[in-house]
Amino acid sequence: MALTSQEIARVANLARLELRPDETERVLGQLNGFFILVEQLEAVNTDGVEPLAHPAAILGAVALRLREDIASEPNQRDASQFSAPAVERGLFLVPKVIE
Amino acid sequence: MSTASTQPDLHHLGVAELAAKLAAREVSSVEVAQHFLARIKQQDALGAFLALDADVSLAQAQAADARLASGERSPLLGVPLAHKDVFVTRDFVTTAGSKMLENYRSPFDATVVSKLAQAGMVTLGKLNCDEFAMGSGNDNSAYKPVHNPWDLSRIPGGSSGGSAAAVAARLVPAATGTDTGGSIRQPASLTGITGIKPTYGRCSRYGMVAFASSLDQAGPMARSALDCALLLSSMAGPDLDRDSTSLNLPTTDYATDLIAASTQKHGATPLKGLRIGLPKQFFGAGCAPDVLAAVRAALAEFEKLGATLVDVDLPLTELSIPVYYVIAPAEASSNLSRFDGVRYGHRAAHYTDLTDMYKKSRSEGFGDEATRRIMIGTYVLSHGYYDAYYLKAQKIRRLIAEDFQKAFTQCDVIAGPVSPTVAWKIGENAKDPVASYLADIYTLSSSLAGLPGMSVPAGFGAHGMPVGLQLIGNYFKEAQLLGAAHQFQLATDWHMRQPDNLTGGAV
Repeated sequence: MALTSQEIARVANLARLELRPDETERVLGQLNGFFILVEQLEAVNTDGVEPLAHPAAILGAVALRLREDIASEPNQRDASQFSAPAVERGLFLVPKVIE
Repeated sequence: MSTASTQPDLHHLGVAELAAKLAAREVSSVEVAQHFLARIKQQDALGAFLALDADVSLAQAQAADARLASGERSPLLGVPLAHKDVFVTRDFVTTAGSKMLENYRSPFDATVVSKLAQAGMVTLGKLNCDEFAMGSGNDNSAYKPVHNPWDLSRIPGGSSGGSAAAVAARLVPAATGTDTGGSIRQPASLTGITGIKPTYGRCSRYGMVAFASSLDQAGPMARSALDCALLLSSMAGPDLDRDSTSLNLPTTDYATDLIAASTQKHGATPLKGLRIGLPKQFFGAGCAPDVLAAVRAALAEFEKLGATLVDVDLPLTELSIPVYYVIAPAEASSNLSRFDGVRYGHRAAHYTDLTDMYKKSRSEGFGDEATRRIMIGTYVLSHGYYDAYYLKAQKIRRLIAEDFQKAFTQCDVIAGPVSPTVAWKIGENAKDPVASYLADIYTLSSSLAGLPGMSVPAGFGAHGMPVGLQLIGNYFKEAQLLGAAHQFQLATDWHMRQPDNLTGGAV
């Protein structure tokens, strides 16, 4: 299986990345090299094998832990927005979304 | 600096020794911090640090001195360290080695950072690393490469390369690191220091800039197993409200048994009964002869100490590379989607609309390796490919973890090399990044299984560069790993060696 530059453009759009033409070519070559490595996975028989998402699940079922739905954090609006690129009156600024 | 000149050799001391001097009030925490800060400045060319703030560090040292003066005694009180720059800190900028987070100030400290601060440790700064912890040579840092103190033309390993170089060059007695696929063990091996990646979930991931959430784990890097044990005792422990994958297991004091072992008389064979499993897949043609020679010599030393060597089989070792490089980028592409140029991080100066702002900000902010992994991850998670790649990889991940459990019926710990070669020249692997993934072969399988693993200095290989021995334990068996490493270090002095081109004398 070999990727095409159209597929690279599609994936870049999904990932909200903008690749220059030379970058697209380079990433295409590298990803095709990578998927030769990944094709080895096909040879392994995994019929009936459950996927392992949390390593500790190998020892037994891992229950998702949920905490009580109560506010625990103090108001840190200023500290949280300190590194924001554009803020006005405590709000994050973004380009106009609705015409 | 007048205070430092009275204590010219402080940087030769490890964590335990510095703590003892501080507890005896032979030296103050401020003096220790000043000494190391001066040394960090002197060795700036190593590229180990990304952020320093002497005022912050000295204020922390003064607070530690006040605690010492009031009679408080605890194993880390007043001892300095530095944090890998993927741990967020309120008092220092956190970049994760990326331009995306240039000048980022976190509103909170990572749990590991605050736990070590509560223990009285003084933060000297933030350590360079591969961008978002993605890399094996620290050459993916967006800021500067890190040089290996043993040969400045070589990489220190990665992604915790700044942490490893700083400890090896005696700029700090200890550092934090993170390990997703080997990022503590491999740089520890390539710089001749000791590092341990605990069981997945042992240390809180809260406040670690996320790379691959089902693999990321924090751990200490220092000179000796004893020093790592001292740090891990404070770093580990449940963080149930803040990290949903944190293990609900009581905190362990890893150091007490080690200290007892150093003073007790165990006879000549303190490791009698310890079965060390050697996977044949770790000792094949893929490993350089100089590395294998050092590893085998270290294993012979373990035999002298009473351990027995047994052969075990980890048949899917080679497949751990594609499995890891599907799962880790998949999780990375998801984690890095938060960088949108809105709430924090880089925003492009010019754009047409919201989507264009996302695309330009992200493309400008991410370096080549992060971009590559986001692309791989997005592709393997995309419609029509999820089952064939991501789900398939997660299934093989279970088979890999089950193989380890089979092996652990025959042995107590598993040993082998950490890296197939000694540290390579800076720039040597830059042309073919995918080929460089192959060098992670010995560390990836235990990461996928979530097992604890460590690197212990085991000698030297080609070009006089350090070689580490990897020890892998079963789940929650950090104490056993540290204990075995400690006995090895009582019998050998590889962990005491330091690069002689950096002695620098008194600062």
